Amino acid sequence: MIDGFIALYIFMLAAFTGYEIISRVPVILHTPLMSGSNFVHGIVLVGAMVALFQAQNTLEQVIGFVGVILAAGNAVGGYVVTERMLEMFKSSKKPQPGGTH
Amino acid sequence: MDIFTPKLWVQTAYILAAFLFIMGLKRMSSPASARGGILWAGVGMVIATLATFLIPLTAMDATTLHTNLTLVVVAITLGSALAWWSGKRVAMTDMPQMIALYNGMGGGAAAAIAAVELYGAHERSLASSVLAVLGALIGAVSFSGSAIAFGKLQGLISKSFRFQGQQVLNLIILVSAVAVGVGIATLGLGTNVVTLFFALALILGVSMTVPIGGADMPVVISLYNALTGLAVAFEGFVLQNPAMIIAGMVVGSAGTLLTQLMAKAMNRSLANVLFAGFGESAQSSNTEVTGSQKPIEASDAGVMMAFAQKVIVVPGYGLAVAQAQHKVWEMAQLLQNRGVTVKFAIHPVAGRMPGHMNVLLAEAGVPYDLIADLEEINAEFETSDVALIIGANDVVNPVARTDKGSPIYGMPILNADQAHNVIVIKRGQGQGFSGIENALFYLDNTRMLYGDAQSAVNQLIQSIKSME
Repeated sequence: MIDGFIALYIFMLAAFTGYEIISRVPVILHTPLMSGSNFVHGIVLVGAMVALFQAQNTLEQVIGFVGVILAAGNAVGGYVVTERMLEMFKSSKKPQPGGTH
Repeated sequence: MDIFTPKLWVQTAYILAAFLFIMGLKRMSSPASARGGILWAGVGMVIATLATFLIPLTAMDATTLHTNLTLVVVAITLGSALAWWSGKRVAMTDMPQMIALYNGMGGGAAAAIAAVELYGAHERSLASSVLAVLGALIGAVSFSGSAIAFGKLQGLISKSFRFQGQQVLNLIILVSAVAVGVGIATLGLGTNVVTLFFALALILGVSMTVPIGGADMPVVISLYNALTGLAVAFEGFVLQNPAMIIAGMVVGSAGTLLTQLMAKAMNRSLANVLFAGFGESAQSSNTEVTGSQKPIEASDAGVMMAFAQKVIVVPGYGLAVAQAQHKVWEMAQLLQNRGVTVKFAIHPVAGRMPGHMNVLLAEAGVPYDLIADLEEINAEFETSDVALIIGANDVVNPVARTDKGSPIYGMPILNADQAHNVIVIKRGQGQGFSGIENALFYLDNTRMLYGDAQSAVNQLIQSIKSME
């Protein structure tokens, strides 16, 4: 059970983490990073799935169904556009040390 | 093996996903590792989503579960297919509005989760009710606000609606939404009130966003991105889902910082973006621009650059609109073959979003080391023979340094006026985004090359080629 102060601690530590990890981001990555963080909150998909799993009546099923469509769109769309943008950050001169291929 | 319950697997998957999200974002904030970063985060998302299918195995009402499971699969397939299709075919220049669109969908999903919770008679603690309502408000505002932002950038909504007392009206809507929300959270008010609450929240998102001009949209989209993160975190608390809490909160704070950085790069405060229309707060300009704009033929401009030692290209919004990035790189390569040093100077807000121009140049194949940002390049203009301005305007307007009455006063600009010669490619004699006269265009060492960026650069290429 995540409740009371435990929840506050998690909120606080996660907020500091978010602030720290991007505090030194160069301007050229602002748009891709915005898009990347947009993808990360696509995790709302798991919540929408749970909400729809638990739906008891037609109204809840309809709202949950729309919610899952929207959330899946957020996650998949966010991934595709971020991937496409970052794909362009290949340098012709030096191979990327952090590359994945 | 009782210890390996579905619940344990789900929790393990969630903590793994949270770790991958944070590492992914960390890697995305550095150019060298950015491409790997999105992959890490992507793996996290797949793990979390698959694990969530195990939740029905734990303890759930079986009567509607079968239908619901089918609905989940259909909805995921539908949403993913639409987003995949649209995300793959959108042009690079239209990326900002796609981000707005997908972000709004996330906000809508968070609001939907809250709606299922609030419409249904679920048992909740007070903290849980409060956060459900708060997440619903933020998510719904982000949903409708992002939709308006998308409409504006896509050109579906071209006007900024402003009227007297608009801020007061917005405040009234906000206060009533909060009041209704408090009623729902504390008194457990029923269905009709919940509907009213969502209606107010959606209207607030629209009325907050319509007065904001197109030039400020990137900051607004970034803000809504951060807000969606917060909404996701709050609904994560309601559902007792740690992956949502952590990922949402990380995005909430990272997005807030990013919003501030963007606003700073544009020399705007966040409050200024949200509560004042661009240009409205400025007094009338007190410098008169004297002289005239002197045109130049593409052939002459080509000769000028071909025999230069150093050329600095300043690309702007006009280049993005004309999709001329490939042509510009072709031209730069021709110059390089003649021994000319070519560099690209990128203003923080060139293009449609901070960093957007870098993405466009990278798409055309321009290597990193030729692209310089404002601090790196500004001292070099003095020693360059030609500054070629392509569809940029306000970011090279020297008025920003001198004229206190100008709305762009104080904005850091590229010192293109210090180059020995300045060639400006521009569609016509009109003004920039801000509607301010550009003193650079009237300088003695400035020549205007009128035309669409794509065709003008094409003519320059022909001119340079003809000298070989």
